[in-house]
Amino acid sequence: MEAVRDATLRVDEGDYVAVVGPSGSGKSTLLSVIGCLDRPTSGRYRLTGIDVGDLSDGELAALRGRRVGFVFQAFHLLQHRSALENVEVGLLYNRTPRKRRRWMAREALERVGLGHRLEFPPRHLSGGEQQRVAIARAIAPRPSLLLCDEPTGNLDSKTSEAILGLFDELQADGLTLMVVTHDPQVSRHAHRVVEIVDGIVSEAS
Amino acid sequence: MRSRRRDGSVGRSRLWLRDLVSEATAGLLARPSRTALTVLGTVLGISALVATLGLARTAGSQIVGQFDALQATSVTVENRTEGFFGSGPQISRIPWDAEARLVRLNGVVAAGTITRVDTGGELVRSVPINDPLGQSEFAVDVYAASPGLFDAIGATLTTGRFFDDGHDTRRDPVAVLGPGAARRLNITRVDQQPAIFVGDTTLVVVGIIDDVRREPVLLDAVVIPEGTARRLFGLTAPAKVAIRTELGAARLIGGQAAVALAPNEPAELRVVVPPEPRAVQEAVESDVNTLFLVLGAVALLVGAIGIANVTLVSVLERVGEIGLRRAVGAARRHIAAQFLAESAAMGLIGGIVGASLGVLVVVAVSATQQWTPVLDLRVPLAAPLVGAVIGLVAGLYPSWRAASLEPVDALRGGA
Repeated sequence: MEAVRDATLRVDEGDYVAVVGPSGSGKSTLLSVIGCLDRPTSGRYRLTGIDVGDLSDGELAALRGRRVGFVFQAFHLLQHRSALENVEVGLLYNRTPRKRRRWMAREALERVGLGHRLEFPPRHLSGGEQQRVAIARAIAPRPSLLLCDEPTGNLDSKTSEAILGLFDELQADGLTLMVVTHDPQVSRHAHRVVEIVDGIVSEAS
Repeated sequence: MRSRRRDGSVGRSRLWLRDLVSEATAGLLARPSRTALTVLGTVLGISALVATLGLARTAGSQIVGQFDALQATSVTVENRTEGFFGSGPQISRIPWDAEARLVRLNGVVAAGTITRVDTGGELVRSVPINDPLGQSEFAVDVYAASPGLFDAIGATLTTGRFFDDGHDTRRDPVAVLGPGAARRLNITRVDQQPAIFVGDTTLVVVGIIDDVRREPVLLDAVVIPEGTARRLFGLTAPAKVAIRTELGAARLIGGQAAVALAPNEPAELRVVVPPEPRAVQEAVESDVNTLFLVLGAVALLVGAIGIANVTLVSVLERVGEIGLRRAVGAARRHIAAQFLAESAAMGLIGGIVGASLGVLVVVAVSATQQWTPVLDLRVPLAAPLVGAVIGLVAGLYPSWRAASLEPVDALRGGA
């Protein structure tokens, strides 16, 4: 079964792209290919010039560990670890020495405005704060691409707006952002909006 | 710093051992009570095994210790045909000078003959006249012994002395009483040279035995020199030889005694030597062990199934975490390694706690039984290793399941 067909999409450094479309339209397939979680069954996908079709499972894992940061609707924080430890997990598998991991995690948490919550476990944080921890985890390895899957799906509109403001700041710092969403509030912040319907990708200009 | 391969592709992601250990530890500590309950099965299995092996070894050593003290130096030689003692028509192969022949052997500490004397049904009394009012006659066995017998059977005296070679050679009418016989005959002192009467024969009591290590029949008997028995009761030949050897020489002497006593027909003599200590120990251990080893193995199997089960549940609960770890750069092998490390750690903890409990059981039981605890050091040291291997094997399937999850499904499915 082909979930996505004939998709030609070029995302440049510093772009802020929203991917919209009804559920079941192939968004998650596109997400897994772009996030290097899976290889395309046909066609080619290049991330910063590297063709992922050539890579082994371990190399693919290494590539997404360094080049792609993920932010999910469900946050996916480890409940029994502190905010700092959760961010350190984002650096665990990409050959960053232990001390440097701690330092980079602290810096990322300060960047998202949680420098005062380092030792808090997720259950003592609000939903918005938890998503900030998840964003810190995603940006800590200094990825080329921040890939967000319904990042505001579990948040109220006020908190969502704060998160989207953070995205704007990160984009202004030069980070490339791609946000999969069906929330118009999110897509309004994006510079480009890509629509996907029944596996067909089209871009509104 | 980053190794680049092919057309600029980054190398493989990796997880340092130290990080693997701390991640696995954190995973186990996230649900401490569940981890503890899971470990319980392995704890029971390992402690059962360690305690069984330790107790069998301990009990085996105690029994062997008793054999060492009493029997390991004891050898007896008898005529192969049984039924007659002494003066019957049967020909005994044991010569009169058995004692002299045996003490010449290197390794023999003492030797002596012992033969039951047929007194023709005569009763034994301690007063010369028959008192019709009270019982003064008793059916007491009379045994003939060579002087060396007392040393050979480890006899001790309450009072008086044993008879010696002089008594034997002169065929003196003397007797040594066992404590039971002395009590019945109402003789407690020998300084007045009390006499006893076997039928019409008068014997002078020279000593009273306190205790013997072997041949307990003498405790309730009248013992007379062999020469005296030949003269007074017509003893024809010794019936049995008791030998005390140096420690460790019993089996050697057992092989030589028959030839020394009856060079022409050694096969006619039956030599009884103590059982080989090692064989006794092994027999005891294998008897005690089998049942408990099976029980321990069953407990371990149950423990392994428990670990496998809980690890599998843990994998299903942590689908989201698995997806996340894959997303931040973990390869399949890193996921597998983490769950394997967690299950192996549970087995290791079970092994350590179980070994400790098992040793405690061995010490506690030994204390109540007043045994010396004996434990093969390799058993408690190997136990944690066994536990870890069990945990590792139990974690194989769950970690394979975890590693084969697709990250996208895992991320969308898990909470």
